[in-house]
Amino acid sequence: MMLQSLPLAFAVSGGLLIGASAALLLLLAGRIAGVSGMLATMVRIADSGPPWRLAAAFVVGLPLGTMIVSTWVREPQINITSSAPLLILAGLLVGFGTRLGNGCTSGHGVCGIGRLSFRSITATLTFMATAVATVFLTRHLLGA
Amino acid sequence: MRLTVPALIAGTVFGAGLALSDMVNPARVLGFLDVVGPWDPTLAFVMGGAVLASAIGYLFSRRLRAPLFGTSFVIPENRQLDRQLITGAALFGIGWGLVGLCPGPAVAGLVYGIWQVWLFVGSMIVGMILHRVIADSRPTIPTRSHADT
Repeated sequence: MMLQSLPLAFAVSGGLLIGASAALLLLLAGRIAGVSGMLATMVRIADSGPPWRLAAAFVVGLPLGTMIVSTWVREPQINITSSAPLLILAGLLVGFGTRLGNGCTSGHGVCGIGRLSFRSITATLTFMATAVATVFLTRHLLGA
Repeated sequence: MRLTVPALIAGTVFGAGLALSDMVNPARVLGFLDVVGPWDPTLAFVMGGAVLASAIGYLFSRRLRAPLFGTSFVIPENRQLDRQLITGAALFGIGWGLVGLCPGPAVAGLVYGIWQVWLFVGSMIVGMILHRVIADSRPTIPTRSHADT
């Protein structure tokens, strides 16, 4: 599966937007922009977290922003070759793991590293390592 | 209301960044995680830009007594590593590596109407509920009262 390389300007400016979103939420509402926590609050299974309306508004904004860019700036191609059972297993692991570990790529990665949190840096190194190991295992050892 | 509009704007900017940087495409993410294949560095540049902007926001927040529309900054202060953090992060990474989707891009990608993304997000919410059910059924292990996210 070979992808066309993405212009560097898109990668960097997209990243800056993601970080700007975290900065905006912190400076305006005083909250950490962690998607897994916001989603858990939105579906009312978090025992702590932001007010429901804040979480729901943030989560609803995500596809809205993606739609705006896809309509007027660039339309991403979505390549997913994973089977249904694999998608279910991966989803369960991501949902369970992000709750147990209190965060994902946004909360620990973008926000946590941004404030040099030791817990978040450790979490990010951990999920990066297991993700790389999983891809190595499935793509190169099992040949999926 | 005072917090809802800023949150909606922040979420929209986040989603725009995910689409602009192609992070909504799992193949792009897997290209980064596959370090022995034809490596795709995109995620590193995205992460670099994101951490930079978020760090600037954080530094700025430390000069303020309160956020513009809220009463106080809610920032985790826990510094202790624990088994839940490591185990949770490890499990999350395995799921991420299996298909290349993490919570942000998955929720943002719902807009494309691809069944695989919807199935993933549905399963992810079930996984979250599962964690809640297990945590509730084991009162001996105190659930943490703070959240990192």
